[in-house]
Amino acid sequence: MISIQGLTKSFDQLEVLKGIDLSVEKGQVVVVIGPSGSGKTTLLRCLNILEVPTNGVVSIGEKILDFSRHVSNKEIVEFRRQTGMVFQSYNLFPHKTALENVMEGPLVVKKEGREAVRKKAEALLSKVGLGDKIDYYPFQLSGGQQQRVGIARALAMEPNVLLFDEPTSALDPELVGEVLKVMKDLAKEGMTMVVVTHEMRFAKEVANEVIFMEDGVVVEKGEPEEIFVAPKEERTRQFLRMIQ
Amino acid sequence: MKMYLNSIISDPERLERLIDIAQSSLLPMLEGAILYTIPLTLITFVLGLILAVLTALARISKIKILQFIARIYISAIRGTPLLVQLFIIFYGLPTLGLTIDPFPSAVIGFSLNIGAYASEIIRAAILSIPKGQWEAGYSIGMSYTQAMRRIILPQASRVSVPPLSNTFISLVKDTSLASLILVTEMFRRAQEIAATNYEFLLLYTEAAILYWIICFILSIGQGRLEARLDRYTAN
Ligand SMILES: Nc1ncnc2c1ncn2[C@@H]1O[C@H](COP(=O)(O)OP(=O)(O)OP(=O)(O)O)[C@@H](O)[C@H]1O
Ligand SMILES: [Mg+2]
Repeated sequence: MISIQGLTKSFDQLEVLKGIDLSVEKGQVVVVIGPSGSGKTTLLRCLNILEVPTNGVVSIGEKILDFSRHVSNKEIVEFRRQTGMVFQSYNLFPHKTALENVMEGPLVVKKEGREAVRKKAEALLSKVGLGDKIDYYPFQLSGGQQQRVGIARALAMEPNVLLFDEPTSALDPELVGEVLKVMKDLAKEGMTMVVVTHEMRFAKEVANEVIFMEDGVVVEKGEPEEIFVAPKEERTRQFLRMIQ
Repeated sequence: MKMYLNSIISDPERLERLIDIAQSSLLPMLEGAILYTIPLTLITFVLGLILAVLTALARISKIKILQFIARIYISAIRGTPLLVQLFIIFYGLPTLGLTIDPFPSAVIGFSLNIGAYASEIIRAAILSIPKGQWEAGYSIGMSYTQAMRRIILPQASRVSVPPLSNTFISLVKDTSLASLILVTEMFRRAQEIAATNYEFLLLYTEAAILYWIICFILSIGQGRLEARLDRYTAN
């Protein structure tokens, strides 16, 4: 489903991603861990081209972008439409209700009919447990509820891949569970997901593969048991000790 | 001051005459307000806002030539007096064979003015919307134009309500300058009546009070609008 080859990204002089190779099969959940500043967010944003890679090849589904040549805006928008993203700070549209937030993409981008979109959006909000909050504005919802709207909004575009950037780290501890539960359900349904998170329990339970990043490179990757129980690299061990 | 008051108190006939003038001038002045001051304000504000949004979009676009045109326009309007602009349009352009009636001249002049000033307000409002809002729009597949139209501008317009309503209230007062290019708006009516009876203080004070009342009503509306829009903005 996803394949990345030789991905690099520099901001001015600072090289943040130093050649990443990665592939994710359809229906897999990949969890990315690593210390602050290691480039996890940048990697995720290079997958939906919110950040334009400096070099490398990124492919999702049938579409391939090669950043060794110039890539046009139009190609980027087309490519991005295969992905959905869930942000750490939710980034809901504050001037729209929960329902309108979810309807916005299908209505404006896919230009689907209003009635059908409305039905789909209501179904998605019920699915994330917010069937009774569809007419609430973001400022009337808790963080956990807002994040679930964020997930429903991303799902409404029927993406091939969902990207999560620390979806629970802005939440009060008692609200983390409700968001993780929605994510687990999605994983069970076979959604392809790349998740940056510090929730190691989630990684152990749900991930097919865990990737440990440091300083812009993938230090180690493997099944959760390998990474958490018997990491090969000393740096992985140090990191895991630090966060536990 | 003292003399003026004494002349009124000691002379019942003069007092009567002043009351008479105040009453009889009220209708023509209100007429001037309803036929010209208020329509001029509303029309120019709407046209000016359209111009302002286009100018703001040009200012923040990546297209250099659009940026340049917008900058020149804003700089020229802000760098020259409104009265001089009005005089160029009404008294100047006929030299080039372009004669425009007083009211349309005023509409053009004031719209160009609002367009330049309000564009800076709108530009600042657009830039104040958090980057995450753009990214959320992009993440559901929007193009720049779609994100601008559906996500950013609606929020920016809420942010710009307070400064724009100040602009609007200033515009009400500035329309009095249209009297100098022969638009028979409220203040021109006061001038015309004063020219016949020389009661300048009375008539200009009366005009001032009428402007004040209009602006007072507007500022109440402004307060209500702001309170309502306050909640629906990203922070
Ligand atoms: N837009 C940008 N301009 C310049 N430097 C940036 C930009 N975005 C990220 N960086 C730098 O890139 C490096 C990696 O940042 P990134 O956000 O990808 O790390 P991260 O692994 O997600 O960290 P965290 O766990 O703190 O979220 C950091 O040094 C950061 O300062
Ligand atoms: Mg990050």
